[in-house]
Amino acid sequence: METDVLWGIIAGGMLVTYATRLSFIALVPYERMPEFFRRCLRYVPPSVIAALILPELLRTTGQFDLSLGNHRLWAGALAALIAWRTRNSWLTIAIGMITLWLLSSI
Amino acid sequence: MGASHPPTISRSSALYEFLDGVRDQVPLLFGVAPFGIIFGALAIDAGIPPLETQGFSLFVFAGSAQLIAAGMIANAVPPLTIVLTILVVNLRHMLYSANLAPHIQRLPSRWRIILSWLLTDEAFAVASLRYRRGNTAQAHWYTLGTGLTLWGIWQVSTGIGILLGAHIPGSWSLDFALPLTFMALIAPTLTNRSDWAAALSAGFMAVALAGLPYKMGLLLASIVGITAGVVVEISTPNKKAMSE
Repeated sequence: METDVLWGIIAGGMLVTYATRLSFIALVPYERMPEFFRRCLRYVPPSVIAALILPELLRTTGQFDLSLGNHRLWAGALAALIAWRTRNSWLTIAIGMITLWLLSSI
Repeated sequence: MGASHPPTISRSSALYEFLDGVRDQVPLLFGVAPFGIIFGALAIDAGIPPLETQGFSLFVFAGSAQLIAAGMIANAVPPLTIVLTILVVNLRHMLYSANLAPHIQRLPSRWRIILSWLLTDEAFAVASLRYRRGNTAQAHWYTLGTGLTLWGIWQVSTGIGILLGAHIPGSWSLDFALPLTFMALIAPTLTNRSDWAAALSAGFMAVALAGLPYKMGLLLASIVGITAGVVVEISTPNKKAMSE
């Protein structure tokens, strides 16, 4: 593609991306949001974050995989336990990565 | 959250908040940088010149949308289709915008402009949990710190990808640091049954829907999780304990 077209895609992509991020912040004052909607918003962070995590553990090869050979699942399960018990992010990452490397090297 | 946060305490100065935001984003570096490197390498491979490749990261600043766009450019898909695809992939950001709106709307317009622009998956994950902790008078500095850190990581890693090309040590599995960091982030926030219901149902729904194109699985799973959280909250008798 020509660079003019590429810059057009970049400009368009920036515009639509920014529009989604600015949408509610710019257009709907919080006081005007219905009470039920506000109650829903409280659950956005746990929902989104969990939805980012679980496919990385359970669909590592593109399909559902509960087998012993799914190293990311078992390393992730151990890391989840560490995260829950210690609430220490560096320890969680370190244990998870080291477990994955160990399992992969067996 | 809301009116009950205590008056200013020593930790709430702007600089401390900013540095806390930077610090809390740093663990995500290991998860985000591999994707930036992959994008840089993939875009060069797709025939996009270095300047335009970096331009995508500088201005669009949206990981999965950029990766999909690079693939479409390689296949000479019409530009308008590519831009519309970027829109669809990023529709989930509207959820983030709605969630942070109560906090960001009160700020001067220059803050609204810059914080909205920095509102990616990873920045939202970190910043939204900061707002849940309360005492939010200076929390916009935290959000700025976390967003700018991520933006910087994204620029540098894209640049590395442009320079390195396809030489990524895949065996290091550094991308696995991303879900691990999210676990560490989410663990302290799951304080009651409705939070757990939201997280578990969204998580398993995301697994079930992971085959859907354009990140639609993430958006739909999040909506299912939000619904589950609200349903459990409403059906739990002890509402006092749930609400703060």
